[in-house]
Amino acid sequence: MRINVTVNPLTRIEGHLKMEAVVDNGTVVEARSGATMYRGFEQILRGREPLDAVQLAQRFCGVCPSAHAVASSQCLDNAYGIMPPDNGRILRNLVQGSNYIQSHVLHFYHLVALDFVKGPDVPPFIPRYEADYRLSDKASAAVVDHYLQALQMRVKAHEMSAVFSGKMPHSASVVAGGSTSAPEIDKITAFLARLSELRAFIDNVYLDDIVTIAKAYPDYAETGAGCGNLLSYGTFDLDNTRDVTKRRRFYGMGRYQAGRVEALDPAKITEDVAHSWYASPSHLEPSLGETLPDARKDTGYSWIKAPRYDNTVYEVGPLARTMILLTNEPDSAQAKKVTEALTLLGLKKHHLFSVLGRHLARAIETKFLADAMVDWVLQLKPGEPSCADLPMPESADGFGLWDGPRGALGHWISIRNNVIDRYQVIAPTTWNSSPRDDQGIPGPVEQALVGARVPDPNNPFAIARIVRSFDPCLACSVHVVTPKGRLLHKVTAV
Amino acid sequence: MKKHTAVDVPLSTLASRRETRDAQYGFSRRDFFRWAVAATAITKFNAEFLPRLGAAVRDAVKEYPIIWMQGQSCSGCSVSALNTVHPSIKKVLLDELLPGHQLILNFHPTLMAATGSMSVDVVRETVRSHKGKFILILEGAVPIADDGLFCTVGDEDGQSITTLEWIRRLAPDALAVLAVGTCAAFGGVAAAKPNPTVAKGLGDILEMEGIATPLLNIPGCPAHPDWFLGTVAHVLLYGLPEPHQIDEMRRLKTFYGRTVHERCTRRDDMEEGIYASKLGEGGCLLAIGCKGPFAYGDCPSRRWNSRVNWCISANGPCLGCTEPAFPDGHSPLYQRV
Repeated sequence: MRINVTVNPLTRIEGHLKMEAVVDNGTVVEARSGATMYRGFEQILRGREPLDAVQLAQRFCGVCPSAHAVASSQCLDNAYGIMPPDNGRILRNLVQGSNYIQSHVLHFYHLVALDFVKGPDVPPFIPRYEADYRLSDKASAAVVDHYLQALQMRVKAHEMSAVFSGKMPHSASVVAGGSTSAPEIDKITAFLARLSELRAFIDNVYLDDIVTIAKAYPDYAETGAGCGNLLSYGTFDLDNTRDVTKRRRFYGMGRYQAGRVEALDPAKITEDVAHSWYASPSHLEPSLGETLPDARKDTGYSWIKAPRYDNTVYEVGPLARTMILLTNEPDSAQAKKVTEALTLLGLKKHHLFSVLGRHLARAIETKFLADAMVDWVLQLKPGEPSCADLPMPESADGFGLWDGPRGALGHWISIRNNVIDRYQVIAPTTWNSSPRDDQGIPGPVEQALVGARVPDPNNPFAIARIVRSFDPCLACSVHVVTPKGRLLHKVTAV
Repeated sequence: MKKHTAVDVPLSTLASRRETRDAQYGFSRRDFFRWAVAATAITKFNAEFLPRLGAAVRDAVKEYPIIWMQGQSCSGCSVSALNTVHPSIKKVLLDELLPGHQLILNFHPTLMAATGSMSVDVVRETVRSHKGKFILILEGAVPIADDGLFCTVGDEDGQSITTLEWIRRLAPDALAVLAVGTCAAFGGVAAAKPNPTVAKGLGDILEMEGIATPLLNIPGCPAHPDWFLGTVAHVLLYGLPEPHQIDEMRRLKTFYGRTVHERCTRRDDMEEGIYASKLGEGGCLLAIGCKGPFAYGDCPSRRWNSRVNWCISANGPCLGCTEPAFPDGHSPLYQRV
């Protein structure tokens, strides 16, 4: 028997998400992912001062504002043909790195953990679906204890970011040309002290809890595989090479496909709109992207476009960064740690393509990033500049490609007559939660849901567990808005 | 805005004094007592709940059910609220915010365990069983173009429910409504030109709909956790503010009574003529676009993120993010007004 299951709102993610699945005899055979909130930032940015883009683009998302701040500032750097001085490059890495820790800790404990353990019997932890909680009372209580501890740890991660960014969310210091912040010894000390506490938490609590959950839910290493193709722009600049495809980054740029890592050519990224509510031509490069809304398009079912690389579906995020690292640098400490964790859990490399694999990749990445940040802070040079002079030509084009916590984030800008003429964003969740493309191929989350067991359509916890493993961030993912709206339910019915 | 003037609802009507735990959640104070005792036997985490336990035993705690709706938001104000230090966020979620006063976060899409229709049912049940006693919090703007279809939360009989519709249903029955963040208060970046979705702040929506429930604004991009919890605490302890305690924007003067410029830590630089002329320089930031003279807020003394820093100390010009003029009236952001 085929049943339509709707989960709306899908809570404990960033933003407004509606998931629909067709369940046939207890198994998902088809899924659609739909965003239910639109602001129209790309329209809003048009005609504004280019420098203002960095501040406004941060407001795409209050969970990952640093990623948009850095991508947007790199977009302007690229347009202006400049690179930040070392201090500026490092300060951006530190502001972003702190927020990676904040975002990953928040995601695992405060968005995901309640899928696997029962919280206290008080709101907002009740009501809940009474199903499939497998930890012992003692183990479950320990994770809840860590949930509360993690609330304080993520506050500290934001404090770290604010030491160099002024405030979080929405930092004041990240600008075209680098950072306005001056690295001084009191800030360096304040940052390192908090980082040290966070590293202890990651090593002794976060990583252990991932293993606890993984051991209790081994079937989730076989659930939610997704499309199998992975893409990352790389992230955290380690030098000032102008060409981003040649720049040394802490996580490298690349594509993982069929066991190999291939080079990434940004020119091969296009956005399809066959199933999105846009009348503009499909299959355009983002730098030429158009966003002509058509709310009455019969084949549309989402405001999210379908980004594709060389006509192929790609997943982005910690799993992508991890698989590229495992392939390119199997002897690195992080790659070894991933292999060690897989062995401990009795899993193989292919199991990383799963709900548990995504959580594991995210947690281990948090550790190695936090460890690396100690070195980065110590490379700061008080007294030297953090920001390059800005030539600010009347007309210019640029792009910023950068991985935020949730994956590959691209910003594209065209400046004409000193104002923004065109601004396009492809956010990580645009890739992961994309609808079907021109060829009718579903997006990564939609593919990951197919095959999921949903024995009780009134209790769709399995759907939520799979979707949340991607860490969706809906506010980021949606493109332009039209005042000619359309009732979502009319077109998302499956 | 005129409809939301002076609030004369006495505090005694604000709260339910009883142990009104919804029967459908299968949870009562008695259950809680049992659960807490069981938890005590299990782990050290009982310590987190002992104060709660004490409250349950005393049975004299006023509970304030909260419905936190997200309109056109970035979730940044939720994330900022999680940054509260005194009181800790743990205490806010699980314990009395103030002696004898506890918030019960029935609905918050980012934090709640429930999902899908179960989560939306919580909203309906809260309104049904706590009519006139719950606090409605809005984060994000409310789009009104095409009847509000640009922002929907949940389904009903196969129809998506717009944020506008939620406000129509919930606000009249709320004890008070709080607009957290500049988008909720004034439209903010969601309503920036050309305002594609005709996004509005909550005050405009209430006026448009003729809803007279008292409104307080807590703007900021994001709202500072102290501003948010301080405003909530004021309502809990003293009732809704007297007219002289709020400004014409319905903001508590405690937090928004003076401009950033008045209290700026770089006033000396200005007086000595030390001005930044480009991004990355220190000194007074007026010449590179600081909007401190036009922005009401106590950022210079309160600072952000456990008081570690604030925008101007990071050489970032004040954007004036607490004002209705943010962002359009303050753009270009990096140019002197």
